[in-house]
Formats: sequence, structure tokens, C-alpha cells
Amino acid sequence: MPTISFTEVSRDFALKTGEFHALDRVSLDIHDGEFITVVGPSGCGKSTLMNIAAGLLDATGGTVTVDGEPVHGPSPERGVIFQQYALFPWMTVRKNVEFGLRIAGVGRRERAKTALRIIDLVGLGDFADALPKTLSGGMKQRCAIARAYAVDPKVLLMDEPFGALDALTRVQMQDSLLETWNRDRRTVMFITHDVDEAVYLANRVVVMAARPGRIHRVIPVDLPYPRTEKMRLSAEFADLRREVWNAVYHQPASSERTTP
Amino acid sequence: MSEDTKPARPGGASPDTAEAPSAPGTTAKAPTGRRIPLPKPSSVLLSLCSAALGLLVWIGLTKSGIEDLPGPWAVAKRGAELVEDGTLFDDMGASLRRVLTGYLLGVALAIPVGFAMGWYPIVRRLIDPWIQFFRMVPPLAIIPLAILTMGIDEKPKVFVIFLAAFLSSVVSTYQGVVSVDSTLVNAARVLGAKDRQVFIGVVVPASTPFILVGMRIGLGASWATVVAAELIAAQSGLGFRMQQAQLYYDLPTIFVQLIAIGAIGLVMDRLLLLAERRLTGWQERR
Ligand SMILES: Nc1ncnc2c1ncn2[C@@H]1O[C@H](COP(=O)(O)OP(=O)(O)O)[C@@H](O)[C@H]1O
Ligand SMILES: [Mg+2]
Repeated sequence: MPTISFTEVSRDFALKTGEFHALDRVSLDIHDGEFITVVGPSGCGKSTLMNIAAGLLDATGGTVTVDGEPVHGPSPERGVIFQQYALFPWMTVRKNVEFGLRIAGVGRRERAKTALRIIDLVGLGDFADALPKTLSGGMKQRCAIARAYAVDPKVLLMDEPFGALDALTRVQMQDSLLETWNRDRRTVMFITHDVDEAVYLANRVVVMAARPGRIHRVIPVDLPYPRTEKMRLSAEFADLRREVWNAVYHQPASSERTTP
Repeated sequence: MSEDTKPARPGGASPDTAEAPSAPGTTAKAPTGRRIPLPKPSSVLLSLCSAALGLLVWIGLTKSGIEDLPGPWAVAKRGAELVEDGTLFDDMGASLRRVLTGYLLGVALAIPVGFAMGWYPIVRRLIDPWIQFFRMVPPLAIIPLAILTMGIDEKPKVFVIFLAAFLSSVVSTYQGVVSVDSTLVNAARVLGAKDRQVFIGVVVPASTPFILVGMRIGLGASWATVVAAELIAAQSGLGFRMQQAQLYYDLPTIFVQLIAIGAIGLVMDRLLLLAERRLTGWQERR
């Protein structure tokens, strides 16, 4: 059974100039334990699609189910990581990570134990009592990831989580994310605009097209895990990279839905 | 939202956080063309210099023959007398009591009303026009009406201060609420937070910097208002004493009151600034 299932999902926005079709009948099944990356030109509806899955935005048509349950509003079962980190700036790393547990009514001791374990896991052990403003971008995103993991979500939805990081930090973050994923095989939907990143992380790369937002191609990545630096430089990787690149940057002219 | 309702940006540099501009002469050109910084004068020394400068200007003005302008010495002597017979502290107490009563009541009402306005758009629509209207009326202009309807005791004065404090705090509170970063709200919601938890856990802390800025502006406005109100209608307080001194052509007393007003205002502002720094030190400053 697919964990996340989009069926004919559409989203229109009412603009002064008329209806804008941000998503047009998107169907996609993400299977249990799968790592899916979504790439596409800016404005093709990647964030819109993810926000619908997160329950932060309603679809104007179609349905999204997670584990067979239709999505109505946000839930701690679906962890979300935002590009802008979205850490609570007045809370220390520890308090940020504990936030979801506190909402869930977990007791103080249990909360502290879980939080510290996960903070250690993401490599922020020495910064548990630091405020976000003292952390680098990469550390902030590690903290945000720890905060999402703390409530043990079934699936992770990540919207360009490494988009604001420098190239080196980004590669390190990709490796630690894959390392964690290899251990627990949690279902991940990961949005990016970086073709390299999309190929390196994914079981399957979903390429979207714009106006209206839709799925253009789904490209399977038949590279084994764990993925390594060597693989990144391999010929197979280069081929896949080219294939995805072509799918993203040489898209058919916009086929605006023609109303019958 | 009109531009003028925006409170000062929290976290923005306030004059006292700004670095002292490097005065000409603090750097010297070395023959090689490299700048060799001279040691920075300590801030205590600078404060002393500033005080001395002020006194010099004052003495200069006295000597230049402005009629009856008292010098620092005469004012200090009069100040000592007023301290000794207890009038100065009584007056300070009277003014402070009024200002604090009105101010605390104003802030206590402004915060819940401001939150309600920020959280429920319909409340904002209903209340905002009135707030905008009363912001255009100087609190002092309410005094005649307040005296006629509330009598001549403490009530009218406390009421206008309440109004001044309320108006400046309410605007900054609801501005704070509406400018809470929606990503933070979403981050809380995806972790399972319901409306109430989002409000208490995110909206309240995220808007504190705005609220504190408003409270600081409000305190300044309240202090200015109380003194002016006492000039018009009071039997005690710093403003009242000054008004009396005016009748008797007693310039040194006027100076003592002016200095007391400025000093108390400065101390109160510093205290709130300190609280602001402590409570909002988590802010990223850019
Ligand atoms: N709230 C909104 N109102 C109107 N248009 C929107 C809104 N949110 C997104 N859009 C539009 O929908 C399109 C897709 O947006 P988004 O999902 O953010 O794209 P992506 O994440 O792929 O860059 C964009 O053209 C954007 O302008
Ligand atoms: Mg986006």
C-alpha cells in the first residue's frame, strides 16, 4: 500500500486576472520506505503539492491519503521541514526539539531524554542549550530535522531544506540525511531545485512542469544505497543527471488546460 | 493599515545601542599611510566630558545675559532646599503614582485588546477606526472633558495617562500579532499544535518585541502627559510645583523640576530598555 497517495490533486488560486491553476490533476503514489525527490522549475507547484500533503493547504480537487487516511489539516504523523528552518528563535535547540513532544503531552523527563538523544544524533550535542541565532545555517537545519524526528512521524515532507546552504554543507547534510534514512527507511518526499541533489538522494525523481503545475516525468534511480561520493562521480550518475536535467530544462511548451 | 500606525521596528538600533561615531582626531595618519587607531577614551570619561560640556553651555548662557537665567549653583542650592523640606520627593511621588497607575491600567487593557485585534480580523475592523481616531486627539485635549465628567481629583489625570498608554501599546501589540512569521505558525501546527497552543506557544512570544517597544513608547508618552496635565490641573506633582513657581517668578525651582522630570523619564526608559533586552535577546539582529 502506498504511504502517500495523490489522486487527481488540483489546486487553483483565485487571482485578480482569473483562476490560476497551480496544480492540475496530479497523481502520484509514494511507497512505504521510499525516498522521492521532486524537481521542477520555480513556480511549478512543488511547494503547493507538499503543503497539501502536509495539510497546510487544501486541494481544490482530488484527494491525498497518507496510509489510507485522507489528509485533513496538519498532523504530527507528517513531519515537515521548511527551507527557512522555521525554528522558534526564543527557544534553545533543546526546547525547539521538545516542542512537539510537549504538545503531545509527553512528560518532562521522557521529553528531555528523547530530545537529547536526537540532538546527539544530528550532531548538535554541544549546542543543546544554544539559541538559534548563534547557529550556522546547516546547524539550524539539523535542529529543524531533529525537531521533526522527535515526534517520530510516519513520513517526512521536506521543502528545499538545503536550498539556503553552501555547497559543501549541503553535501554533508545530504549524506547525514541518507544515513538516517538508511537506518529507519522512513518515507520521504523531498523537494529540491538541484538536479544533483535530486538524483543523489532518490529512489525515484519526480519531474514537474509548470503552467499548469503537473507531473512531467518520473525517473527511477537504480543506484544502490548507501550512496557514496564515488557514485556521484560515476558514469551512471552522470547519465541519470543528464536525463533529469533534460526533463527539467527542456520541457514541452506550456500546455494550458483547454476548457472544452 | 496606514503607515503611521506602525510602531518602531523592534530590534532596530536605538540611539543608545549605536556605536559612538569615531570622532575626527581619534585616528592619526602614520607616515606609511596606515591608520593607527589611538586608544578609545573610556565611556565613563566620555560621560563626564558630556556633563561638563552641558554645564559649560549653561554657564555660558547665564553669563551671556539672558534675563534672570539662574546658574547651576543657584539651581543646586534650591534643589537641596526642596529635598530637605521634602517637597521634591513628595512631588515626584505624586507624579509617579499617577503615571504608574494610569500606565499600568492602560497596558493591562491594551495587551488583551491588541491580541484580540491581531487574532480576530473582525475585532480589528470594529475597534481599529476608533483607535485611529483617538490617536489623532492629543490626550491633553481630553482633560477639560475629563474634569467636567470625573471631577477635579486624581481620576481625570489618571484617565488621560491611561488613554495615552493604552493607545500606544494597543497598536504595537496588534501589529506584533499580525506580523508573526506564518512559517513559525505552520511549524507549530505540523507538530500538532492546536489554535490555543499556537497562540500561547508562538504568537505571544513572537510578538513580545513589538509589545515591549510599544510599552516603552507608551511610558514616554505617559510621562509627558502627566507633567502637562499637572500644569493644567493639579494640587501636587512636579508639573504643579513648576506652575506655582511660575506665579512667583521662581526660576531656580522651575529648573529643579525640569531636571527631575528629565532624570525620572530617563531612568524609567532605561529600566524598560533593560527589560526589553533581557526578554528579547533571542532576536536575530541584522
Ligand atoms: N497563496 C497563493 N496565491 C496565489 N498564487 C499562489 C499562492 N501560492 C502559490 N501560488 C502560485 O502557485 C504557483 C506555484 O507555487 P509554488 O508551489 O510555491 O511553486 P514552487 O514551490 O514549485 O516554486 C506559483 O506560480 C505561485 O505564484
Ligand atoms: Mg517552493
